[in-house]
Amino acid sequence: MSIFDFLLARKKTNTASIAKERLQIIVAHERGSRGQPDYLPALQEELIAVIRKYVPIDQDQVQVALENQGTCSILELNITLPDR
Amino acid sequence: MAQIIVVTSGKGGVGKTTSSAAIGTGLALRGHKTVIVDFDVGLRNLDLIMGCERRVVYDFINVIHNEATLSQALIKDKRLDNLYVLAASQTRDKEALNKEGVARVIEELKKDFEYIICDSPAGIETGAHLAMYFADIAIVVTNPEVSSVRDSDRILGLLASKSQRAEKGEEPIKEHLLLTRYNPERVARGEMLSVDDVEEILSIGLLGVIPESQAVLKASNQGVPVILDDQSDAGQAYSDAVDRLLGKEVKHRFLEVQKKGLLQRLFGGRE
Ligand SMILES: Nc1ncnc2c1ncn2[C@@H]1O[C@H](COP(=O)(O)OP(=O)(O)OP(=O)(O)O)[C@@H](O)[C@H]1O
Ligand SMILES: [Mg+2]
Repeated sequence: MSIFDFLLARKKTNTASIAKERLQIIVAHERGSRGQPDYLPALQEELIAVIRKYVPIDQDQVQVALENQGTCSILELNITLPDR
Repeated sequence: MAQIIVVTSGKGGVGKTTSSAAIGTGLALRGHKTVIVDFDVGLRNLDLIMGCERRVVYDFINVIHNEATLSQALIKDKRLDNLYVLAASQTRDKEALNKEGVARVIEELKKDFEYIICDSPAGIETGAHLAMYFADIAIVVTNPEVSSVRDSDRILGLLASKSQRAEKGEEPIKEHLLLTRYNPERVARGEMLSVDDVEEILSIGLLGVIPESQAVLKASNQGVPVILDDQSDAGQAYSDAVDRLLGKEVKHRFLEVQKKGLLQRLFGGRE
């Protein structure tokens, strides 16, 4: 990039760098859940519904992950309850 | 040993068919017997880009369903002796493709061809899945734009888990990034993701960068793969990409804003 292009680029908001940052975050997130069984989102949904019967919680306060360790799999639930 | 190359992207309209036609033609130009197979059942288009649309009698689905032999369905290119096209069916639904049928046709093609290029449909349904399933090499066509990059990453995940190589625990599919519709002016203005940005996010090797080019539309209007327009930027960029695919080291071109005359020579190119 020449000095002229650089000066030109500086004047406007660099939307490409916003795009890059957003992509890095979403791609990292999606790679993390890659290979997870398809039923996990539905399971998470239903768990939230059950817990909400008793405690008001947000969508992101329940995390569900399946981890494979050798021959067995561990279903990990992480539920953050609101402050009392 | 025949090599099966899938040209895939997840997102639609990014340049898979344009790239399949160009790369297949480029391989044939370099003396390799090549067939390009259209997996886009119901939305056949490779025939138009290759300029053989009026010579399609039988298609891929006819062969799968034993309604025609492979040699009846293969369409020989008018320009090159060692280049063939297998058209997709225009009428049938996507369910007409099945793994056993595709496997049989691919096995038969492997006996006769050095390169089998599979032009994948968009999406992640049956057609896209079967186009990548038997691949040895994947060319992931990506535009410098958020949804295309994200979808490409998704496709990389599928290549690594849902292909025959992955299921059999064989050596993984070789993945190449082909960045198309690149506009160096917009990159310089900070309006478009740069090659480096996309490479960094997807972290796979760069096969080539095809500039946004008027030559592509001109070529498709005439049914001539753009690589045959050797005066055009896109044609030359595809040509470089084919050389790289064959293992040559070629400097990337058309990455910088085109300047006229001396300045262009001073600032163009990238190691
Ligand atoms: N480098 C380029 N410069 C300009 N236009 C391009 C370029 N590459 C592709 N196009 C245009 O983009 C459009 C889509 O291209 P193409 O049909 O190859 O995409 P595709 O990925 O096969 O689409 P689909 O997902 O529908 O199969 C076409 O109109 C084509 O002419
Ligand atoms: Mg296409």
